[in-house]
Amino acid sequence: MLAFILRRILQSIAVLLTVGVVAFSLFRYVGDPINAMVGQDTSMEERAALRDKLGLSDPAPLQFLRFIGNAAQGKFGLSYRTSEPVGRLILERMPATLELSICASLFVMVLGIPMGVYTGLYPRHWSSRLLQAVSLVGVSLPPFLIGILLILLFAVVLRWLPSFGRGSGTVNLGWWTTNFLSWEGIKALILPSITLGLFQLTLIMRLVRSEMLEVMRTDYIKFARARGLTNRAVNFGHALKNTLMPVITVAGLQLGALIAFAIVTETVFAWPGVGQLFIQSVQFSDIPVMAAYLMLIGFLFVIINLVVDLLYFVVDPRLRSQGGAARVGGH
Amino acid sequence: MWADTDVKAWLARAADSDVWWSFKSSTLTIVAAGATLLIIAIALLSPLLAPHTPFDPATLSLSDGLKPPVFWSADGDWTFPLGTDDQGRDVLSSIMYGTRLSLLVGFASVVVAMVLGITLGLLSGYLGGMLDAVIMRVADVQLTFPAILVALLIDGVVRGLISVQRHDEIAIYVIVGAIGLSFWVQYARTVRSSVLVEKNKEYVQAARVIGLSPLLIMVRHVLPNVTGPVLVIATLNLGLAIISEATLSFLGVGLPSTEPSLGTLIRLGNEVLQSGDWWITVFPGATLAALVLAVNLLGDWLRDALNPKLR
Amino acid sequence: MKFDFRHSMSVAALVCAGLATATTADAKTFKWANSGDVSSMDPYARQETFLLTFTANIYEGLVRRDKALKLEPALAVKWGQTDKNTWFFDLRQGVKFTDGTPFTADDVVFSLNRANGPGSNMGSNFASVKEIKKVSDFRVEVTTKYPDPLLADKWAALGMMSKAWAEKNNAVNSADMTKNEENYSTRNAMGTGPFMLKERKAGEKTILVPNPGWWDKPTHNLTEVIFTPVANPATRVAALKAGDIDMMYEVPPADTETLKKEANIKVLEGPETRVVYLGMDQERDELLESNIKGKNPFKDKRVREAFHRSVDVEAIKRTVMRGQSFPTDLMVAPGINGYMKELDKRPALLKPEEAKKLLAAAGYPNGFEVGMDCPNDRYVNDEKICQAVVAMLAKIGVKVNLRAQTRNLYFAKILRKADGKPGETSFYMLGWSPAQTYDVHNVFEALIQTPNAASKKGMFNAGGYSNPALDKLADALEQETDKAKRNEMIKQATKLYVDDYAYIPLHQQAVVWAARKNIELVQPADNTFPLRFVTVK
Repeated sequence: MLAFILRRILQSIAVLLTVGVVAFSLFRYVGDPINAMVGQDTSMEERAALRDKLGLSDPAPLQFLRFIGNAAQGKFGLSYRTSEPVGRLILERMPATLELSICASLFVMVLGIPMGVYTGLYPRHWSSRLLQAVSLVGVSLPPFLIGILLILLFAVVLRWLPSFGRGSGTVNLGWWTTNFLSWEGIKALILPSITLGLFQLTLIMRLVRSEMLEVMRTDYIKFARARGLTNRAVNFGHALKNTLMPVITVAGLQLGALIAFAIVTETVFAWPGVGQLFIQSVQFSDIPVMAAYLMLIGFLFVIINLVVDLLYFVVDPRLRSQGGAARVGGH
Repeated sequence: MWADTDVKAWLARAADSDVWWSFKSSTLTIVAAGATLLIIAIALLSPLLAPHTPFDPATLSLSDGLKPPVFWSADGDWTFPLGTDDQGRDVLSSIMYGTRLSLLVGFASVVVAMVLGITLGLLSGYLGGMLDAVIMRVADVQLTFPAILVALLIDGVVRGLISVQRHDEIAIYVIVGAIGLSFWVQYARTVRSSVLVEKNKEYVQAARVIGLSPLLIMVRHVLPNVTGPVLVIATLNLGLAIISEATLSFLGVGLPSTEPSLGTLIRLGNEVLQSGDWWITVFPGATLAALVLAVNLLGDWLRDALNPKLR
Repeated sequence: MKFDFRHSMSVAALVCAGLATATTADAKTFKWANSGDVSSMDPYARQETFLLTFTANIYEGLVRRDKALKLEPALAVKWGQTDKNTWFFDLRQGVKFTDGTPFTADDVVFSLNRANGPGSNMGSNFASVKEIKKVSDFRVEVTTKYPDPLLADKWAALGMMSKAWAEKNNAVNSADMTKNEENYSTRNAMGTGPFMLKERKAGEKTILVPNPGWWDKPTHNLTEVIFTPVANPATRVAALKAGDIDMMYEVPPADTETLKKEANIKVLEGPETRVVYLGMDQERDELLESNIKGKNPFKDKRVREAFHRSVDVEAIKRTVMRGQSFPTDLMVAPGINGYMKELDKRPALLKPEEAKKLLAAAGYPNGFEVGMDCPNDRYVNDEKICQAVVAMLAKIGVKVNLRAQTRNLYFAKILRKADGKPGETSFYMLGWSPAQTYDVHNVFEALIQTPNAASKKGMFNAGGYSNPALDKLADALEQETDKAKRNEMIKQATKLYVDDYAYIPLHQQAVVWAARKNIELVQPADNTFPLRFVTVK
């Protein structure tokens, strides 16, 4: 087990380094960092001096190491657009995005898994077919369209929920501003979370459904039935437990996807998170922010993946003896 | 040259197959296929069918601006059955041309992803070793990043490299490249695992013994095996690619507003949605939803039909 | 030090949050939104109404404008001319900056020099200035190169900064936004005004709170002002309808009618003194972005006439602006001193064949191609107007390649550089309001006179139109005190640029604001929005 975890950690580091190379090349070769710092009147000599001072004339591997070193300390330089330190820009906006993503994934899990189990157990029932069809509509409607429709209905026509931003309900805890501590804040979270989660909800539901269908066919379940176990025990004790593995994998991956998909939701709802920051950076070609965002998402993914791997051990006892060879959902 | 009998035999075999049977027995699938074909046909023929050419500024006249749809208000004008936007652009024609662009981007990016994915998958699976490790690691890393994010990054980089003016001209290639590059991993993984299975089978060993080129073996024997899964991925990806394009355009980093795709049309219409000119957004939105829904239904059916276990 | 400050702020915020329920009765938070953010907190960063009016809540001028736009004392209690070429300003005593330091003549001299110095965009207000000197702690004298009766008017928009604060924070010069520079004063602000900056998150929100030590008696009743940029117009309108914001600045024309029908919302509208117009590069010998090489089509008056007379401003008003514009053919609006109603007559529209004939006579029988720059978040429906113009010009065989971008990038690209070099554009859109002086001379000086970095004339004449006869008239009318003679000069100069088709004026946009019914505010015609006139009921 220890060997397995070690291997996963090494792989994670490799992944992070790859992302680092991409981010570094972005930072170094797309748009000249010098141009972004000086005025156009600056002479060539001054530019060269600045270049030396910043270490931009050093060999690329050395520069890369320095970049990674700085990144590890959260230093990504100044944004081309607002001229503020990128690390601070992102940190300020991180809570908004994380809270939104967490809410959305809760929504996905709490609704998606039961719906998947139900449609998997009773695939031919009319309500399953209906859910299945509705879920397809969910995948087919682009998230921004869903957001617009929700705003129109709940904020403008019914006036139940706020239409944009985090609302006035944010509470500042010093290093973290949260929406969770006030009713106003929670209300502001509802529409964006649904918009963000709907796409993933249908994915999870369909995944659980097809896993359930597969498992219900296995001999293992047939034997369980033959032993005279109740439907309930078979369905939840045996079948659901076996579908959990791939669900955990996908759910983990989806949390990463949620953070990235927040870009669209944040744009529609003027939600002041990193996604909105990122889209502004793309429009402005603000490379330092883009590079930092890339590293951040890579880092989050690696962490999530590690957690998922560890969860396998909890869910599947076989892995504890086999040393993790039978990883599901990998390559 | 196919002999007549060959065709007949092939048709008979097709008609007899499980896939055809499953197609015939699902009304929903037939409707979806019909809708997809209809939308594709209308989009392809839009230069012939569309009453106006909305991409040519010389044909636009502000005096035609903001006409409501004919069935909605007496101010409607049969020249513009679904109304016009504030530039005097015919909504119906814009949708036809816009759908054509959206489909074009969708198909082209799926092809890019497919070619890239299959090639890398074949190489990776057959040659193995360092190359395999590198390709699969890159695939792992890329899976970290949702397609839309990869596409946004590529777009941002291109914006950094070229001027805004040039960007509008090559926007469509950037979009196709960006979406294509963000979808290749699934193909590569599918093909690779299939190659790994086939590689050690006896007929492949035998073919190698008689001196056939390994690549030829792969292309001849392995590719047909993966046609089904690849087709399923491609169909589902088509829906995703169309949504991705619409999303990018909605975010303002996709196709320019002078040559709008469905996503751009929705973005433009969204700006005036609250003023009562709903038709500028609603019709393109409905078209997009219908198109993606139809394609997804087909993909769904195809996956179930090719995976008999689930039937 | 800085960390401690932030920390104590957040503790304070926490306490406030805890008390929020108890104190809502007297807490008057005013939340408002606009499409874009304030570009900078530096009051000299850009001569742009929105930036000036926003920073004016923090930085006050020597004089200020009342609700009817008349000058009234602010940081100066008395001002005037001792002779033709000397101005004096007697400063208010006992005024303190919000950091507690007293306001004196040193700060005034420093601020005026900073506004006229490198990086500042306000230099055009100093064309007549020879010397600024401190006479005593509370008196400043200014000598001018020639009589300038409008100096005090011009300077009403210049906020006074603290010399000590700027020096301490290494912000002695304004950061040059045309070069994407920034410094401490871009993100922070500290003045004597009715409000002070509590929190600034660029692109996200800016929070102001009243200055408890303000020298004047507040007429507002606000305890906190939250400004949020919301780019998506639909979201902005929805937010106002839902009551998430109290006021939106610059309502899109498409939404004016619907908002008027809302019971809880009032819409304020009136013509703005700003004229939105199109300009053409008449300076370079070859256009930067065109398929015509070796010559510049815009140097030919016939080409400019063909363009001018092919742009249908009435059609733009009807559809793109939904009736919310006032078409004009002059570069100044009614209500500005020097507006000549009898000259505001747009020549008849040309039929496409007629315009093509003009182009052919100028040597372009097949038209030509030209790039066009346009902002997409500055003026009302700016990008859509440009698209409409593209369609109109397409009909006369001119292919216009439109590039619309966000205003920071846009202005950095098209505006003349501080050293007088022309901006990088061939065909562009701009809006101008002589909001400092309310006199036509400002328009001549900034937009129409030949650009000259030394004399600071024509610094916003991005296309470099040049007519020596007009230059002479404009210089002369600046010093003319006889009203009848001055009007005659204005008339002649106006005729010159109209006959030259120097610009393509489009319209004055209507200033449309919308607010919840419980908000009382004043809407001046120059689209400034002083928070000191706002009350929440």
